Amino acid sequence: MLSFLMAQQTTVGRRYLRAFVSGFFVAVPVTVTVLDRFAYVARVEGASMQPFFNPEGGSKSDIVLLNRWSVRKYQVKRGDIVSIVSPKNPQQKIIKRVIGLEGDFIRTLGYKNKYVRVPDGHFWIEGDHYGHSLDSNSFGPVSVGLLHGRASHIIWPPSRWQQIKPSLPPNRGPLDTTEEEG
Amino acid sequence: MVGTLNHTLVEMFRRALGQTLGFVGYTIQYGCIAHCAFEYIGEFVVCSGPSMEPTIINHDVVFSERMSRHLCKIQKGDIVIAKSPYDPNINICKRVIGLEGDKVCTSSPSDLFKAHTYVPKGHVWLEGDNLRNSTDSRNYGPIPYALIRGRVCLKLWPPHSFGTLSESPTKRITKTQSDSD
Repeated sequence: MLSFLMAQQTTVGRRYLRAFVSGFFVAVPVTVTVLDRFAYVARVEGASMQPFFNPEGGSKSDIVLLNRWSVRKYQVKRGDIVSIVSPKNPQQKIIKRVIGLEGDFIRTLGYKNKYVRVPDGHFWIEGDHYGHSLDSNSFGPVSVGLLHGRASHIIWPPSRWQQIKPSLPPNRGPLDTTEEEG
Repeated sequence: MVGTLNHTLVEMFRRALGQTLGFVGYTIQYGCIAHCAFEYIGEFVVCSGPSMEPTIINHDVVFSERMSRHLCKIQKGDIVIAKSPYDPNINICKRVIGLEGDKVCTSSPSDLFKAHTYVPKGHVWLEGDNLRNSTDSRNYGPIPYALIRGRVCLKLWPPHSFGTLSESPTKRITKTQSDSD
């Protein structure tokens, strides 16, 4: 009677183990694929995008949803907030706003050249909080291949739930060549 | 009579739906496994162009592994596949001549005065083995490390040159004090 009960337990245990292993082999690839190709969730740290992200600073950081599917063809618009792999540190990601696309003329804030034409396959990014931001004004135009995702929604804290719409800050944008001649 | 006909149709529909869902589920699962394999293990690459001759010739098929790139273990002398800095949809295949902080020679061997530059933080300096016919860091400067996709470790086609790839024939890699002989 006892050996019968013990035999039952081992088969039940083995069945749980098999279910766990097969579940594991389904859950891990699917989760990794979703995070790599569709959506990513990240916490915004630092003050470089104040007052848009982390307006209070301190310990309360915003958490954003990064849409990776919309950047698979590397198409971004001016005013989008994007996350990129930092050109200074390949293990870090930074989140900034796109100010200019390839071919645009940008008047820089503190870069080594006063005016810059963004080369092909590059874009110009800036943090909203001037002076507290490590962005294209320090390291120049960034290659579009470093694009990681587009921030589409703020999902935490719940009081700041919103969809992020592309918008250029006042006076920061590409220079119109017609304006220059005027 | 009508009742049993309805019942049979419903049964057929339910079975078809179950089979379709099962098929979709398997496709999603194997698609995700394939994505993980190509993203984290390695991918097959068909190379075109003359910039890596004689190490890699036009239409060669190579295998490029992804682990070194994710673990940041790319070394000087490795052949890498990277996204082109001017068009992220195009891939380039070049050799790493210098890592961040290394001193690289920007002048050609025929120049009288040698010019050097230091590779900035987070960047690498790439050059093709066929120096005469290669657009590389000598033209567009150092590229960010994160544009590298993988390290070429094995040549698969043509069969007579199957195997690992040879060292740089160009002698442009300056060995620093800390490198072992």
